[in-house]
Amino acid sequence: MSHNHPETELHNPQSTKPPLDPHLKALENEAIHIFREVAAEFERPVMLYSIGKDSSVLLHLARKAFYPGRVPFPLLHVDTGWKFQEMIAFRDEMVEKYDLDLVVHTNPRGAAESVTPFSHGSALYTDIMKTEALRQALDAGQYDAAFGGARRDEEASRAKERIYSFRTPDHRWDPRNQRPELWNLYNGMIRKGESVRAFPLSNWTEVDIWRYIQAEEIPIVPLYFAKKRPIVERDGMMILAEDPRLELLPDEVKREEVIRFRTLGCFPLTGAIRSGAATLDDIISELETATVSERQGRAIDRDQSGSMEKKKREGYF
Amino acid sequence: MTAPAIANAALDDATAVAAYPAQEPVRATRDSRPLRLITCGSVDDGKSTLIGRLLWDTKAVKEDQAATLQRDSNGKQNDLGLPDFALLLDGLQAEREQGITIDVAYRYFSTDKRSFIVADTPGHEQYTRNMATGASTADLAVLLVDARVGLLEQTRRHATIATLMGIRQFVLAVNKVDLTNYDRARFEQISHEFKELALSLGVRQVTAIPVSALKGENVVYDGRASMPWYDGPTLIEVLELATTRSAQTVGFRLPVQRVSRPGESFRGYQGTVAGGSVKPGDSVVILPSGMVANVTKIVTFDLVRNAAVAGDAITLVLDRQVDVSRGDMIAAIDSQPMTGLAFDAQLVALQPEGIQPGKRYWLKSGSRRQRVQVQPASQLDLKTGKWNHADELPMNGIGKVHLVFDEQAIFDAYEQNRTTGAFILIDPDTNNTVAGGMITAKRAALGGIHAEESRVILSLPADLADQLMATELFAGRREDVEVRRITAGKAAEIIDTIDG
Ligand SMILES: Nc1nc2c(ncn2[C@@H]2O[C@H](COP(=O)(O)OP(=O)(O)O)[C@@H](O)[C@H]2O)c(=O)[nH]1
Ligand SMILES: [Mg+2]
Repeated sequence: MSHNHPETELHNPQSTKPPLDPHLKALENEAIHIFREVAAEFERPVMLYSIGKDSSVLLHLARKAFYPGRVPFPLLHVDTGWKFQEMIAFRDEMVEKYDLDLVVHTNPRGAAESVTPFSHGSALYTDIMKTEALRQALDAGQYDAAFGGARRDEEASRAKERIYSFRTPDHRWDPRNQRPELWNLYNGMIRKGESVRAFPLSNWTEVDIWRYIQAEEIPIVPLYFAKKRPIVERDGMMILAEDPRLELLPDEVKREEVIRFRTLGCFPLTGAIRSGAATLDDIISELETATVSERQGRAIDRDQSGSMEKKKREGYF
Repeated sequence: MTAPAIANAALDDATAVAAYPAQEPVRATRDSRPLRLITCGSVDDGKSTLIGRLLWDTKAVKEDQAATLQRDSNGKQNDLGLPDFALLLDGLQAEREQGITIDVAYRYFSTDKRSFIVADTPGHEQYTRNMATGASTADLAVLLVDARVGLLEQTRRHATIATLMGIRQFVLAVNKVDLTNYDRARFEQISHEFKELALSLGVRQVTAIPVSALKGENVVYDGRASMPWYDGPTLIEVLELATTRSAQTVGFRLPVQRVSRPGESFRGYQGTVAGGSVKPGDSVVILPSGMVANVTKIVTFDLVRNAAVAGDAITLVLDRQVDVSRGDMIAAIDSQPMTGLAFDAQLVALQPEGIQPGKRYWLKSGSRRQRVQVQPASQLDLKTGKWNHADELPMNGIGKVHLVFDEQAIFDAYEQNRTTGAFILIDPDTNNTVAGGMITAKRAALGGIHAEESRVILSLPADLADQLMATELFAGRREDVEVRRITAGKAAEIIDTIDG
């Protein structure tokens, strides 16, 4: 792979990274512009941090946007209590390493009413522990803008969503009545109680994310890389079987397989893929020949067509 | 298929990922910036089918997405066994229910040469505003016509809006040629008519391609088998070679988004370069204050830069303490933008209330937001291409307006700079975005005209006045300007009073 070194750039002697190719550079510039615009126009921004690869890229871009200053807003993690253990460890490591402000919120109904992915089913569980929890956390923090790592290539209703996505005081999205968004001129005017979800990665694809992670040497949760791990097969998905709360059903057997995850969420709802991709190079070449999209591994997205639009209208990211 | 069955199928596919040998590599190193394009044309000309075809043939549609598509198509497959591509793009429930495109959808695909961002815009006249939204960021427009039907009023409308929004590269896709028996004469007649239309709009860069979006002929793969007479490029070849717009040759512009002051020792101005380039040592002016400084450093996260160009998100450090805040513009000292209280612009009205004369709106341009009063002067008749007098603009209307500000405004003409010449209007009552606009010129205030007046009065020496009135530029703006013939001596007097 040969890189053109634009003569406008001199290397930082400490950096061994070659300059970004123009495609990634353009995406990075756009994202930084959005970060700065939101930080300047809103009183209480917050960044949704889900610990996945998109969040890792988002965090990296935030650090770049405000350098040499600190990231001028807190990170918010909506913890369902059912995340992969490695995700939580990784989150705490990042907060420490980059001197970040982190807010963690878990819906108290989870403990009070014993809401689990097993007892309530994926749809209701997601509703309570993710959508409702997010609304609680945003209200509590009185945030008027929330950054998210959603990309338009993820899903058909997201392909229609603006970069500044307006939400009513009860966090609803009205897809039929979105504010027009021309050029890179974002309208940040809202009334008290209303808010905006801002999506700096709107124009990125999954491959862009991985190529950027590689080019920028961004740390990610090790679960993305192939390794022999204990799994159990359930509802046609391979689920990681390391958390003691996962009870095996009568006909289920735990076994070891070389697997990895293409997306990360709650471990009981996230399917692994059989893959030997143990490095970023492997992952990127696997992706470039992949025949299925990343969302195929998420139970909640398969429930029905238009399910994402429905969830978003109710305040989901 | 039941949900678990689909899940199983998906699992099988996932398993296959690692097992299959690599197919043709779809993406290699990309060394161009992404090309942004829009498709436009009338309803049913095949816009969604064409984009679906582009996504399909560049392998941007994955199998599980295709499975969802097949399921949603309810067996409504076309005769080639392909799913209904429109469902790939019409992602909102309302769109699926009504079977039409309402809002812009953005889609991404790439070849080994380049990546693309395509905006699928609605064809219905009542959604013209959404077409304008898609056009605002596009480098190229693909205009579709049905080979059996030829050019329509909608073709003219879309070509006109695309031109207004600054698009200078057109591809004419003469679609459904399979239904005309690949008639060469028909194709050539339509392309000839379109080239005339484009020329009348001032667009020279037009490529006409005979296409069957449905069969995938001359889209990504060539259609030589059915059209041996066509030896021009396929659509994807044209897209791969198209140029992205660049604002690098104009004067340096940095709209200041925020001031970074992490500690006593550092003060930097953060923003995205909106034109030209900058390097340490350059002299710059801060507008509107007019203060002057020199650039000492261009700071980014991991590079010490010795220059930055249009598009770069940077932090600029100056050599002296100057008062700079969000909304200010840092610009090249020898090539400054226009500053003033009155400008002329063209705009597209985006909301049902239209644009009301005399109402005070918020105007946002770059990082600057200020109050403005808008006075419509004329409206474009998209059927005839003529500008008719108008006092207000209805939704979807394209008009020429006068802008009057309370405080200094800073612009370039949109023709010169698509970033610093563009603005949106926000209604202070609803907070909604009600118009997108493009600056045409600073308004000359010769003879002390008042903001409420809709005409500029130019007092010029007789020979100059006649010359000016004979130009093409002037012909299009006759109702905006009144020219008075005066003697050269009188003109010198007026100039003196203005300069003084
Ligand atoms: N025969 C033929 N039919 C086409 C072609 N392109 C589109 N169509 C059909 O024309 C109809 C309208 O297409 P669609 O993509 O929805 O048009 P849109 O309204 O411009 O998005 C559909 O039934 C398509 O299958 C083509 O090249 N040949
Ligand atoms: Mg359509």
